[in-house]
Amino acid sequence: MLNFFNPALMLLLQEVESGGRFAQMKHAAANPDLSKFLVIGALLFIIGVAGVLTRRNIIVIFMSIELILNAANLNFIAFSRYLHETGSVNALAGQIFAVFVIVVAAAEAAIGLGIVIALYRNKETIWVDEIDLLKW
Amino acid sequence: MYKYIWLVPLLPLIGAAINGFLGRRFRFSEKLIGGIAVGSVALSFLISVAAIYSYGFGGHPHWPQPYITSQDGFSFDWIPGGAVSVNQGIHDATTGSPRFALLNIEWSYQLDPLSAIFMLIVTGVGLCIFVFATGYMHGEAGFYRFFAYMGLFMFAMLVLVMGSNFLMLFVGWEGVGLCSYLLIGYYFDRQEAANASRKAFITNRIGDFGFALAIFGVIATFGSAQYTDVFNQAKDYPIELLGQWGILSWIALGLFIGACGKSAQLPLHVWLPDAMAGPTPVSALIHAATMVTAGLYMVTRTNVIFQHSQTMLLVVALVGAATAIFAATIGITQNDIKKVLAYSTVSQLGFMFMACGVGAFVIGIFHVMTHAFFKALMFLGAGSVIHGMHHEQDMRRMGGLKKYMPYTYWTFMAGWLAICGIIPFSGFWSKDEILWQAVSTTQIPLGWLVWLVGTIAATCTAFYMTRLMAMTFWGKERFLEAHKDDGGHGHDGHGGHEHGAHTPHESPPSMWAPLAVLALLAIIGGLVGIGPAFKSITGSEHSGGRMNIVNWLNPVIWNPATREFNVPESGEHGVPAVAEAAHAAPVAESGHGEGVSVYGDVGFNLAHSVEGVVHSHLLTEWIFIIISLVVAGIGMLLGGLFYVWRRGLADIWAQRLGPLYAASYNKYWVDEFYGWAITRRTMDAARAVYSFDSKLVDGIVNGLAWLSRLFSRIVGGIDKYFVDGLVNTIAAFIMRLMSPLFRAAQTGFTQNYALVMVLGLMLAVAVFFAKDIVSAFR
Repeated sequence: MLNFFNPALMLLLQEVESGGRFAQMKHAAANPDLSKFLVIGALLFIIGVAGVLTRRNIIVIFMSIELILNAANLNFIAFSRYLHETGSVNALAGQIFAVFVIVVAAAEAAIGLGIVIALYRNKETIWVDEIDLLKW
Repeated sequence: MYKYIWLVPLLPLIGAAINGFLGRRFRFSEKLIGGIAVGSVALSFLISVAAIYSYGFGGHPHWPQPYITSQDGFSFDWIPGGAVSVNQGIHDATTGSPRFALLNIEWSYQLDPLSAIFMLIVTGVGLCIFVFATGYMHGEAGFYRFFAYMGLFMFAMLVLVMGSNFLMLFVGWEGVGLCSYLLIGYYFDRQEAANASRKAFITNRIGDFGFALAIFGVIATFGSAQYTDVFNQAKDYPIELLGQWGILSWIALGLFIGACGKSAQLPLHVWLPDAMAGPTPVSALIHAATMVTAGLYMVTRTNVIFQHSQTMLLVVALVGAATAIFAATIGITQNDIKKVLAYSTVSQLGFMFMACGVGAFVIGIFHVMTHAFFKALMFLGAGSVIHGMHHEQDMRRMGGLKKYMPYTYWTFMAGWLAICGIIPFSGFWSKDEILWQAVSTTQIPLGWLVWLVGTIAATCTAFYMTRLMAMTFWGKERFLEAHKDDGGHGHDGHGGHEHGAHTPHESPPSMWAPLAVLALLAIIGGLVGIGPAFKSITGSEHSGGRMNIVNWLNPVIWNPATREFNVPESGEHGVPAVAEAAHAAPVAESGHGEGVSVYGDVGFNLAHSVEGVVHSHLLTEWIFIIISLVVAGIGMLLGGLFYVWRRGLADIWAQRLGPLYAASYNKYWVDEFYGWAITRRTMDAARAVYSFDSKLVDGIVNGLAWLSRLFSRIVGGIDKYFVDGLVNTIAAFIMRLMSPLFRAAQTGFTQNYALVMVLGLMLAVAVFFAKDIVSAFR
C-alpha cells in the first residue's frame, strides 16, 4: 500500500516540505492579506451606512451604527496585525483603540436606547420618518 | 544718639496718625488720645535732648562741626533730579558758558546748633502746650481731631527746622501752613473761624509764592538745594551794597517775602490776629511759640545770603521795626485778651526781624527762644483765664481774677515781667541785646532809627501788657455785673461744669503745671544769653561756654569780614576775639569809624557817637541798658497810672487823642483797606471775567452746540430715511428670493441629514484622495 501510493505520498510530502501551492494556500489562510480585511471592513461600513440611511426603524438604525463601528474596529485590528508584522513598535495601539471603540459603543448604545425609550413614551413611535420636529 | 534724630519728627506723626485714623472709629477715650499725643511728643523731646547732648556736650561732641546729618541713620534720595543747567552762577560770569550740576535732593535731617535750638523749643514748649491742651480741650467733641492736627503740626514743624535742604524746609513750611489752617478752623461751624482760617491760608500763599521763587533762584544759581552746598558757594559771592540788586539780593527778597507771610510782618500781618479764632493752645503753640518763628529760622539759616545783600538787611530791619511799633500801638487799645497777645506776638516778631536786619541773627534766635517761653506762657495763661471764665475773652468783663486763679496769676506775672524787659527775667536779656545791636550796627545805615522805633515799641509793650494785667487780674471784679447783663454768655460746650453762678475757677493741674514750667523758663531762660555788658559780673564776654547761646550758634553765622563761617569757640571760657566775631561787626571793636567796614560807610551811628562822648565802650552799653530799663519802667508806670491808680485817665486820654485812638482801635483800617483795594478789585475782576465767560465764551460754545445739533438732525434724517430704507429694501428682496430655497433644505427627516453627512464625507474623501483615484482609473 505504501508503495502503491508512494509516489503520490512522496509528492504530497514534498509539497508540504518545500512550500508548494497547497502549503502556500494554507499559509495564506493562516495569514490573510491586509487588503482583504480592508475590503471586508469597507463592505461592513457600506452595509451600515446603507442601513442608517434606508431603514425606518430606529432600532435597526442603531444596529447599523454598530456595524459601522465594528467596521472601524476591524480596520484597527487589521492594521495592528499588519504593523506588528512590519515590526512597528506601535502595533498594539490599534487593539487598544478597538477596545476603546467597544466601550464607547456600549455607552452610546445605553444612552441611545434610553433616548429611544423616552422618545417612544412621548411620540409612541420608533419610526424615524414620523419624528420630523427638527424642520422649520 | 544723634543718629536717631529721624525719630523726632516721626513719633508725633505716628501719634497723629493713630489719633486721626483710629480715634473716632474706636471711640478712644480722652485719656488715651491725650496719652498718645503727649507721649509721642514727650518721647520726641527726650530724644531731642539726648541727641543734642551727645552732639554738643557728650563724650566726643561733634558740635564744632557745623553740620551733622542723619545720613548714617535715616536718609534717602528724595528727588533724584538729574542734571540741571545752572545759568546764574558766579562761574557763569567767568567761563561764559552754562554750567551743569547734578541736582539730587535727599531727605535727611540735620542737627546743627540752629536746628538744635529749634528742636528743643518745638518739642519742649510743645510738650507743655500738649499737656495744657489735654485739660483745656476737655469735653470737646473733636478731641481726637484736635490732637491729630497738633501731632501733624509737630511733624511738619520739626521737618521744617530739621531738614537739611531748602525743599524740606518748604515741605515743612507748607505743612505747618496747612495745620495752621486746620487748627484755626477747628471750630469750623463758626463763621469767623472758617473765615480766619481761609484768610491765614491765602495770606500765607502770597508769602509762599516769594519763597518758592527764591528756592527756584537758589537751585538755578547754585545747582543744589542742600544747605551746605549752597552756603559754601554763596560765601564766595561779592557783597552787594546798598542799591545793588545782584542775584543774592533777589533770592533774599523772595525769602523775606516768604518770611513776612509766615511770621506776620507788616504787609502780610493781617492773618495772625484773626487766627485767634482757633483754640487757645493752638494760638500758643502755632501762633506764638513755633510756627510764626519759622520765618526767623529761615532768615537765620540763610544768613549767608542775607548778609550778602545790604539792601535786604536794611529792608528786614525797617520792616521789623515798623511791624514792632505798628502792632504795639494796636495792642494798646484792644479789648479781647487774645487779640492783645496776638498783636504783641506780631510786635515781638518785628523785634526779632529787627535783630536779623542789623546783622545780629544770634540775638534774633535768642529772642525767638525767650519769646517762645513767655508768650506761650501768656497764651496758656490767657487760655486758663478763658477756661476759668467760661469762654469769656473780653477783658472788660474780667478784673480781680488774682483771688480766684492764683496759679494762673503768679505764672502770668512772670510772663508779664519777662515781656516788659525787667532785668533778671528772660525777655530783658534778648530785647535789650536787640536794641543794643540795632544802635551799634555797622552793617546797615539808619541803625539809630531802628533803635528809636524799637525803644518806643518796647515802651508800648510794657504799657499794654500792664494794661492787660490790670484789666484781667487786678482791680474791681467786673464779671458778675457783666454777666447780669447778658447771662449765660459763653456757656456753649461747658455744661459739664458745676460751678456756682459765674464765679471764675482755677484750672485743673494739667493746665497750671505747664504754666509753672513755662514760668520757670520765662524767669531763668534768658540766662543763657547774658550780654557782654555784664562782663564784670559773669567774667567773660559770653559766659557759660557752649551753654551760652551766642557761642552755641556762632558756627552757623557767616562773618562778612573773614568771609567764612564763625570759628566756634574752643575752650570752656570764651576766647574774646572769637566771641566778638559773633556780633558780625568786628570793625565795631576796632574803634568807631576807624576801620572801613565791608559794608562801607553806613552814616550816623548813635552808639559810636555816644561812645565818642563818654570814651568807654562798656559805659555806652550800660547807658543803653539803662535807657531800655527806664522806658520799660515808664511803660509799666503809665499802665499802672491809667488802669490801676487813676482809672478815669484812660477814657479821658482816649477822647483827647480821638483820631489816634480810633486808628489804633480799628487796627489802622488795614483790613478795610485790603478789603477795598484787593478783595473788592479781585471780586470785580472775577465778575468781569465771569460775564465775559458767560456771554462770549459760553455763547460761542452754545452756538457751536446748536450748529452741531442741527447738523446731526440732518445726518440722522438721511440715515433714517435714505440709508435704512435702501438696506431694508435690499434685505426684504433677498429674503423673498432666497427663503423658499433654504427652507426646503430643512426637511426634519433624520435620514436626510444623515445622507447629506454621508455625501459630504464622500465628497471630502474624493477631494482628499483625488490624485489616487485619478491614478487608479488611468
